[in-house]
Amino acid sequence: MFPLKLSGLRFVPDGRAVLDGVDLELSGEGISVILGPNGAGKTLLLRLLASLLPADGGTIIWGDSAQPSGRLAMVFQQPMLLRMSVFTNVEFALRPQAMSAAERRLRTAEVLERVGLAHRAKDCARLLSGGERQRLALARSWAMRPRLLLLDEPTASLDPSATEAVERIIREIRTEGAKVLMTTHNLGQATRLADDIIFLADGRVQEHVPAQRFFAHPQSPAARAFLQGELPWRIAFER
Amino acid sequence: MTDTLKDAFFLLGTMDGRLLEIVGLSLRVSLTALLIGALLGLPLGAWLAVAKFPGRGAIIVALNALMGLPSVVVGVLVYLALSRSGPLGSYGLLFSPTAMIIAQSMLVVPLIAAVSRQIVEDAWKEYAPEFSVIGIGRPQAVVLLLADCRFSLSVATLAGLGRAMSEVGAVMIVGGNIDGYTRVMTTAIALETAKGDLALSIALGIVLMTVILTLNVAAYHLRCWAARRYG
Repeated sequence: MFPLKLSGLRFVPDGRAVLDGVDLELSGEGISVILGPNGAGKTLLLRLLASLLPADGGTIIWGDSAQPSGRLAMVFQQPMLLRMSVFTNVEFALRPQAMSAAERRLRTAEVLERVGLAHRAKDCARLLSGGERQRLALARSWAMRPRLLLLDEPTASLDPSATEAVERIIREIRTEGAKVLMTTHNLGQATRLADDIIFLADGRVQEHVPAQRFFAHPQSPAARAFLQGELPWRIAFER
Repeated sequence: MTDTLKDAFFLLGTMDGRLLEIVGLSLRVSLTALLIGALLGLPLGAWLAVAKFPGRGAIIVALNALMGLPSVVVGVLVYLALSRSGPLGSYGLLFSPTAMIIAQSMLVVPLIAAVSRQIVEDAWKEYAPEFSVIGIGRPQAVVLLLADCRFSLSVATLAGLGRAMSEVGAVMIVGGNIDGYTRVMTTAIALETAKGDLALSIALGIVLMTVILTLNVAAYHLRCWAARRYG
């Protein structure tokens, strides 16, 4: 499944190139964080990897195959929760896997314990708080034991304590051997979690470097401006 | 008029046997038709919501159009099918409660299927990306979506019951309005009004309205409870 290689990946809805030749190579370890301004195509890139959208050009190679050989999971910014119990919201995701009902129940109980939701297993999922919902979505993905976990702004609109809880779970998932690829607008979170940073702007990967180097010495003008809080229109105006 | 109303309430108050018989048959026919309608309409609607095939749009338009199908047209079609020279004539079902159930089912299935298709499709749009990543196939999605939308679908089902209970044309044609055998509330109201026996008509009308109102109150409270309990 790894290295995951993206070559010349393009996505051009209605003639406007949102992704315009993305080249990227990812190893199978660690947490890679995609940064970039709004509209850079961060979420889109995750959706293309999850096969939720067809690319308009380019290739995605998983190791030496066109299809991922390991399991892939994704947590969305607004996770989908069925009008059922917390327990069922994890357990149903295991049904496509070749597991007995007893195994599914066991694994569900195990991940709910690990994300701190075991005591709410029987409660309705839609009545959870924002932070609990996101932990539940992570538990669902974790239960699937993915080789690659895609996270689309997993802590957007969460308070600091809920964010901390979600970050702890992400680290645990990484420690268990899953590769994590996530987007965020929270630079503090990127500093805390990222092993490497993928900076996306103008439809391309501008930089892909270790996190420390990115924050200490951003190479591209767009990344420097982004870290200084510059707005894209202001950059264009000054040019 | 006052005397007629008094008579109507007297019939209700004394639990008149004839009235109870008509109400009982009405409920039996309509609830059976509703059960058939739900068993066929809910999966059909959910399947249409998630399925992708050429001509799907045309089927949805046809289904929506069938919601407004005139009951007399259904009555005539069922009559032709069940009459002696019809394809199902050998079963001898014409002018029986079974014929009335068939006719009402034909009215209820498209209604429940069309409404449930819309409800499930709205949920499907929201859930499809996540189901896709998890690896949930379309048949499994149908089951999950039906379970997830169960409270909204209960309202669609009750709309089907309203359609069945208030319908008069089809059951009149295929049931024949035979006293003590196929006479239901709506056909009895039509007949008794024509005969001038307004007391029985009004009493039956009150029962019919009470049943429909009770069902709608129950549906409203079910939705409120579900929103509080399940979000």
